Amino acid sequence: MRLSSALSTKIRSCLSANSRILLWIPALIFLLSTFFFPLSKILALTFNFSTLTDLDNLLIARNSLLFTFYQAILSTLLTFVLGLPSAVLFSKFNFPGKSLLRALTAVPFMLPTVVVAAAFNSLLGERGLLATTFDLRLSTFDLQPSIFNFLLILAAHTFYNTSIVIRIVGNAISRLDPKLEASARSLGADTFHVWKDVIFPILRPSLLAAALLVFMFDFTSFGVILLLGGSQFATLEVEIYIRALQLPNLNLAALLSVIQLMFTLIFSILYSRTINQVQTQTAPRFSTARPPKTIQEKLFVTTLCLLLSAFFLLPLLSLPIRSLTRLEADRGQRDQVQYGFTADYYEELFINRRGSLFYVPPVQAALNSLGFAVITVILSLALGYPAAYALAKPTRLEKILDPFLMLPLGASAVMMGLGFILSFGRLIASPFFIPIAHTLIALPFVIRTLQPALASIPERLRQVASTLGASPFRVWQTVDLPILSRATLSAATFAFTVSLGEFGATLLITRPEYPTIPIAISRFLSQPGGLNYGQAMAMATVLMLLTTLSILLIEKLRFNNAGEL
Amino acid sequence: MTKPPSAFRLLLIAFCLLLSACAPQGPTTLTVMTHDSFAISEEVVVAFEQANNADVVFLQSGDAGAMLNKAILAKDAPLADVMFGVDNTFLSRALEADIFEPYQSPALNDISAEFVLDPSYRALPVDYGDVCINYDKKYFAENNLAVPQSFEDLAKPEYNGLLVVENPATSSPGLAFMLATRAYFGDGFLDYWKSLKDNGVVVADGWETAYYTNFSASSGQGPQPMVVSYASSPAAEVFFASEPLTESPTASIVASGMCFRQIEFVGILKNGQNRDLAEKFIDFMLGKQFQEDMPLNMFVYPVNQTAQLPEVFTKYAQVAEQPASITYDDIATNRDVWIEAWVDVMK
Repeated sequence: MRLSSALSTKIRSCLSANSRILLWIPALIFLLSTFFFPLSKILALTFNFSTLTDLDNLLIARNSLLFTFYQAILSTLLTFVLGLPSAVLFSKFNFPGKSLLRALTAVPFMLPTVVVAAAFNSLLGERGLLATTFDLRLSTFDLQPSIFNFLLILAAHTFYNTSIVIRIVGNAISRLDPKLEASARSLGADTFHVWKDVIFPILRPSLLAAALLVFMFDFTSFGVILLLGGSQFATLEVEIYIRALQLPNLNLAALLSVIQLMFTLIFSILYSRTINQVQTQTAPRFSTARPPKTIQEKLFVTTLCLLLSAFFLLPLLSLPIRSLTRLEADRGQRDQVQYGFTADYYEELFINRRGSLFYVPPVQAALNSLGFAVITVILSLALGYPAAYALAKPTRLEKILDPFLMLPLGASAVMMGLGFILSFGRLIASPFFIPIAHTLIALPFVIRTLQPALASIPERLRQVASTLGASPFRVWQTVDLPILSRATLSAATFAFTVSLGEFGATLLITRPEYPTIPIAISRFLSQPGGLNYGQAMAMATVLMLLTTLSILLIEKLRFNNAGEL
Repeated sequence: MTKPPSAFRLLLIAFCLLLSACAPQGPTTLTVMTHDSFAISEEVVVAFEQANNADVVFLQSGDAGAMLNKAILAKDAPLADVMFGVDNTFLSRALEADIFEPYQSPALNDISAEFVLDPSYRALPVDYGDVCINYDKKYFAENNLAVPQSFEDLAKPEYNGLLVVENPATSSPGLAFMLATRAYFGDGFLDYWKSLKDNGVVVADGWETAYYTNFSASSGQGPQPMVVSYASSPAAEVFFASEPLTESPTASIVASGMCFRQIEFVGILKNGQNRDLAEKFIDFMLGKQFQEDMPLNMFVYPVNQTAQLPEVFTKYAQVAEQPASITYDDIATNRDVWIEAWVDVMK
């Protein structure tokens, strides 16, 4: 025992030297082969410095860059306005329905943009729920269409990304040692100073991580802008899509994607510069959440719960409602057709009416989606853990490599897709590429979620445990695991949702043999007819239920863990 | 230390080679690249596979524009043997990029010459459909509003804010509709779009959003009672109704010049494998069985004159009286300029 503990200390000290590179190898090989290689292939073919001499190109680049920044900054701020109090709410307080509400905030993340638009429309539209039941119409505000569209974009980004803040920052708040706050208060600090001088500095890495991820998602936003922005708003990514695939000017697309990548790199460098002052503190082994006591706390909890329910629950609920209601009565044959509840759309999911080769059996689609998601979780954790370990105690090597880990988030999915075609040819139709593409997007999340948690584990604690005779496994089990279980589950949830939401799906060429739920939804929505719409809503409901249940299950695991320790 | 291969091993290899040469040939794989809207009945594919000892794999590669650009990029090492789904608005680019091999299919005998746009038979017509404005019958009836019968009508104040169109830069029906206005107004089409913009026309990124979020007669129940869609959409509304309907809730405005006819093509990709099988597949796509299967799968019309239309088509789908005429050469030269100009005007 003694020997092994001495050995483990020895291994740790070795790791801070050259052999740390070992920790990097899995993630680096993965990124080199599936990211840097395809990217360099497409850019080598399309990037051309002469593009820079064309004034029109520069004007397009400038305008889309400015708009990209403008909307991303506002969206990130708005996401934090809602996300920070919610993070406090979920990590500090216990209240009925907490797990469900928290799970629901993560659902938008994996719904296809068209479905989210449909959800909002059936809530807020001219004949939506609010209009018909409360006579509340958006048109009464008489906003200019451009302003209205812009507000919609901001709202959609907030809707999508709040869960990132809740997970990363909330996870850090739960790790806070309550003794710190107590001692600060006993020394006479008021709430403001407790937050400013004690809590904020400890939370800073997580706040930065969350801000960076939210910002990156807003910065490279594509579907939301395309769908809600009309023809007047274009981010870099939308412009790249148009120039690469619709109005072909691959040189301009390459220029735009290089600009997008450069900014991603700059953010990442800034981020890794600021995050490296690690705060050491002992993490509690138990949940510090409690029911609200004072009136202010109760008011805070109630208001925020209402707000979150209105913002997340209502639009999400409108999907199952639409999937169970027949609306034909509103449309043409008022007298002959029954209006109201129906399970037809769900039954129809199981019928291949036209004997189509492209028919998607719902169970198969769900299993495919889940299967790809599980592979993504395993793959991204396996690649992300070693890298996050190395990053937690950064040396010069880490400081150089760190910023590159974020690049997949900032790379244009459209250009990557073309790079895949150039690099892998006919292979890209293989189903293996689906979890690989998902992992590419999930990996930065996983690393950024694990890294602050790993960094917060005091090395002293490990050393003490070893000195007292604990085996390396026992050290890991009693010191690392309790602190890591939360972060690991958060990271796993991210990877899972990224995969279910099919981020990076635009990269790929699909084969009908491996349809997933989002593919099934888009098939239904590609043709007119009430039955198609109803089935799309039913399938979206299935996706929603599946994700909510999965997240609840993951949360359950987490509480079981916390209970044991 | 490497050992020379033993006689036994050589014998084994020879035996294996012999075996594989004598064994009955397994099915040959034919890869077909399509856009995401492609659909086909399983039994029809199986019929082709059995008749030709083939295994057909479909690759769905995005919308027509995305698919074409991917194919052009992979020109030297094509991802597939056959590509279906390039339409007449994109045809010129496919031909310029020279991605197809010519093939004069015997099945062309049953196809009217008006659809054969490429005289050197690199791209062969498969189906056509008219992009027209669809309207919500109930809305017009309840509001005692006349259905507009010309492009000029749409700019009148009584139709303020009632029309949703798709952005031609990101949507193929959007582009088709813009081309119809170009054919009608000539260079003045941009002024016309300015007047439409002043009259509150709504622009969506693609057909899904326009139809299901903005259009009032779809199940999405949006605010606009007119949408740019297909002349076959009313038939789809009946076919896919959640309760049997005797009348479609929508209809198309098929007045002269207001629709644009999209023709979709298929071609054999250059540098592909299995030229013979690819030819057979093209004959099959132009043949009666596939052509009759197509309407209810993709809601398009067959180009083969011998193909029978399903009843729901003859009853509820409309055909444009006189689709806008604009040559594909004209589209080839000006397509991108027109789109850029349109985007500028509508900003």
